[in-house]
Amino acid sequence: MPQTCIRKSLQTSPPQIISRTRNYILEIANAMKKLWIKLLPLFLYPGLGYACEGDCGNSPWALMDPKGPIAADEMHLILTAFGLMLIVVIPVIIMTFAFAWKYRAGNKEASYTPKWDNSHTIEAIVWTIPAIIVLILSILVWNSTHALTPEKPLTSATKPLVVEVVAMDWKWLFIYPEQGVATVNKLVIPTGTPVTFHITSDSVMTSFFIPRLGGQIYAMAGMQTQLNLLADKAGTYRGLNTQFSGEGFSGMNFEVDATSPEAFQSWLQETKTVGQNLDNNRFKKLEEPTENEKPAYYASVESGLFQNILQKYAMRQMSASNENHARMMQAQK
Amino acid sequence: MFESALFGKLTLSAIPYTNPIIMGAVGGAALIGLLVMGWITQQGQWGYLWREWLTSVDHKRIGVMYIILAVVMMLRGFSDAIMMRIHQAYAEGLGQGFLPPEHYNQIFSAHGTIMIIFVAMPFFIGLMNYVVPLQIGARDVAYPFLNSVSFWLTAASAALVMVSLAVGDFSQAGWSGYPPLSEMQYSPGSGVDYWMWSLQLGGIGTLLTGINFFVTIIKMRAPGMSYMKIPVFTWTILVTTVLIMLSFPVLTVTLFLLTLDRYLDMHFFTGGMGGNQMMFTNLFWVWGHPEVYIVILPAFGIYSEVVSTFSQKRLFGYASMVYASIAIAFLSFIVWLHHFFTMGAGADVNAFFGIATMIIAVPTGVKIFNWLFTMYRGRIQFTTPMLWSIGFIITFSIGGMTGVLLSVPGADFVLHNTEFLVAHFHNMLIPGALFGYFAGYSFWFPKMFGFRLDEKWGRRAFWSWLGGFYLAFMPLYALGFMGMPRRLVHYDNPIWQPYLLVALAGTVLISYGIFCQVAQLYVSIKNRAALRDTTGDIWNSHSLEWSVTSPPPFYNFAKVPYVESLDALSYKKEHGMPIRAEAPYSPIHMPRNSGVGVAIGAFTFIFGFAIVWHIWWMVIASTLAILVSVVMRANDEDVDYMLSAEEVARIEKNGAQASASASSGISHHDMITQG
Repeated sequence: MPQTCIRKSLQTSPPQIISRTRNYILEIANAMKKLWIKLLPLFLYPGLGYACEGDCGNSPWALMDPKGPIAADEMHLILTAFGLMLIVVIPVIIMTFAFAWKYRAGNKEASYTPKWDNSHTIEAIVWTIPAIIVLILSILVWNSTHALTPEKPLTSATKPLVVEVVAMDWKWLFIYPEQGVATVNKLVIPTGTPVTFHITSDSVMTSFFIPRLGGQIYAMAGMQTQLNLLADKAGTYRGLNTQFSGEGFSGMNFEVDATSPEAFQSWLQETKTVGQNLDNNRFKKLEEPTENEKPAYYASVESGLFQNILQKYAMRQMSASNENHARMMQAQK
Repeated sequence: MFESALFGKLTLSAIPYTNPIIMGAVGGAALIGLLVMGWITQQGQWGYLWREWLTSVDHKRIGVMYIILAVVMMLRGFSDAIMMRIHQAYAEGLGQGFLPPEHYNQIFSAHGTIMIIFVAMPFFIGLMNYVVPLQIGARDVAYPFLNSVSFWLTAASAALVMVSLAVGDFSQAGWSGYPPLSEMQYSPGSGVDYWMWSLQLGGIGTLLTGINFFVTIIKMRAPGMSYMKIPVFTWTILVTTVLIMLSFPVLTVTLFLLTLDRYLDMHFFTGGMGGNQMMFTNLFWVWGHPEVYIVILPAFGIYSEVVSTFSQKRLFGYASMVYASIAIAFLSFIVWLHHFFTMGAGADVNAFFGIATMIIAVPTGVKIFNWLFTMYRGRIQFTTPMLWSIGFIITFSIGGMTGVLLSVPGADFVLHNTEFLVAHFHNMLIPGALFGYFAGYSFWFPKMFGFRLDEKWGRRAFWSWLGGFYLAFMPLYALGFMGMPRRLVHYDNPIWQPYLLVALAGTVLISYGIFCQVAQLYVSIKNRAALRDTTGDIWNSHSLEWSVTSPPPFYNFAKVPYVESLDALSYKKEHGMPIRAEAPYSPIHMPRNSGVGVAIGAFTFIFGFAIVWHIWWMVIASTLAILVSVVMRANDEDVDYMLSAEEVARIEKNGAQASASASSGISHHDMITQG
């Protein structure tokens, strides 16, 4: 009997063992995740009906209350990784209490081996178990990082909406290049439509973040970062800067209105008729540092404003190399 | 014209006399300083203090001075913390807290800088100064005078931070000082310069210490002590010194480039002309992440010593511990990018750094398990150092878990820069580093002063710190999940407020813990006769520092011991060998104390102050003074002496009393109680 056992285990090739263990642990993690997704509502919604600004009617637990697929994936990722780690952390905490209690100096009945200082079995286990969990987590990291990388466009039948985001002292400017309108501290987007943000800064480094829609990326002068998000539920959500940027940092928030595509179209029409033009003078005025800026709407905006802001800080060498890079890319095509 | 040549940018308006909070703090600090100085004068101890302490090149005295510096700076850093907590708890909606933004922003920048550079660093450097030469059976460090210089450079830069309170302001750009915010265009005041120069000058002191202890451990171990017989605390210090030597030069260069930007209008980190702000962020964390392990690894070493001693058992898996430390040190250099996954490096790069970060969890986990299996089948004595260690194991596991969570880039995208991050790194640094230093402080205190610390107050301090920690930082994890960013001076969300009030309550509890520690010191000094240890091996421990008297004679070992096994003292005890060297003795070669270290520190302080305020004549004068001091020292032939064999015999015979440290220890520690 033992021999067949050995033979059997030899027949199982190592990769299979790894994948089986992986599947097994992932199953546990998944079950745990399902459990707390069920339990979450029990304690996540005490805040309903509280007074709130820009975030009304939502659970206060912004990260656990996703309103779009990216944020939902990020929440699931957190819960899965959390579950996997509990496999190690819970035993450690239990062992600490158990050992501390059982082997207290007063307990003369417990065994005492003052010279016992090594065990290959234990060493093997304490190196392997964390290593396996980290291996599984690594696969999770590799896959999720590629799936959730901010610059990756979302797959959707709907044509994405492009929004150019400029971090300023201390407010956010949103330019809708295809629609020709612009807003300050107010982002209006249609639900069910992927939104591609092109982000830069007209000042110091900041970080663009809409907790309920997911992702977060730095805004840096002279450089452009990208973020792709989608809101699948209508509502008003909070957007903010998370990277400290000076005196007005705390007030550098904006409201996100996710509305139906129809409502978005009518908002566009309205803005085009009622708002002012964001011309050079108004932009210069906007560049002056202000705090707690109220939302503002611009019916039209000078085309190429975003590029101009980028150019203002762009590095000569860098832009040259970018051109080379673009040329090379075209040559490859 | 004449004035600016004489005073640079410094004017009377640099003193914030309109701000009652700052002026109160300045007045309070000045008052305490005056009281301490008055007390020393009244006791007529200036001469003694100068000859025996300030100019000392003895690693034990330098170690104690480092710890005093760390404690004083901790009180400063903690008052920043409690001000932030009070402010944030009342800065909701119409509430504006009690600090104006420019003051609040300085406080969180100063808090981070002080706690890392002027509390964590000097605390463990103090412990390592005291313990490492004793553990390896050496009479001092490799370069005793350099050790004094290192200390005074650190003290000078700490003084620079303190002066920024009264003259000018401190940085408002966060402790990590990211450009462009820290560039001249956005931070034209003196604040960033204070931050930059205190970090720079303190960093040079730390680098010198790293070199000193690396050489000491490599070259000055007692005969017989091969690498796998080095006590585990010394091993972690050896690894730490390697980290210091490899990472601190990066900080030096990075800050120097920022200096060129700020002083000479260069463009290393500004947009245009080839500069790039992302380079600073990368370089800063190439230093910054190893720095985390620089402060945590020594604490790991302390935990190993403490857990093994108070489980009355050998350390489980010594070799594993050593390899794990080395692995952590190596990995700490390839994870820096996890501090900014959100900069847009792309999926491949982010995934690489995420996975590398997680791999660190493996050797760290191994360490945790090894401590647990050291406790397994032991006879655990719940002394204060052991309590700190058990509190650490549990709390650090939670912090490690949130750390792995943050190392998943997809999760970091929503958790980065929120209060979750703040909770995480405090969860690593308070139990991971600070609890370890506290454990080491109460563990080695009897070695330093010949009497142990009061247990009752020690336990009170521990429980207050532990409870306070959970109250103060668990709510911050929750706030992270609510999307609350860090460093807010004001917020409009009533749901966050109760959590911040709980966090405030936690901080108040921690301040009670600190009070208990001060009280513990006071009570212990008062009852020192009852708490006295005459054995030199109060905890029945295993390594060489416990083989000498408490406090040890200034030459440490009358004869250099021979090391037979890993737990050198245990081996001697088991084999009935004499613990201490017996006559006949030989003369001992000893270094002389030197005031040059103090002078270099003082000139460095003047240099720092002058360059912050662009007082160029003073910059030149102090640079020259430093150079002259170094040259004078280099040409000084009278730097050492021989302690005769008879003198050694006399001191050994009289035991601890003759070394005169006991009384001096007390008088010094009275100073901390008052400061």
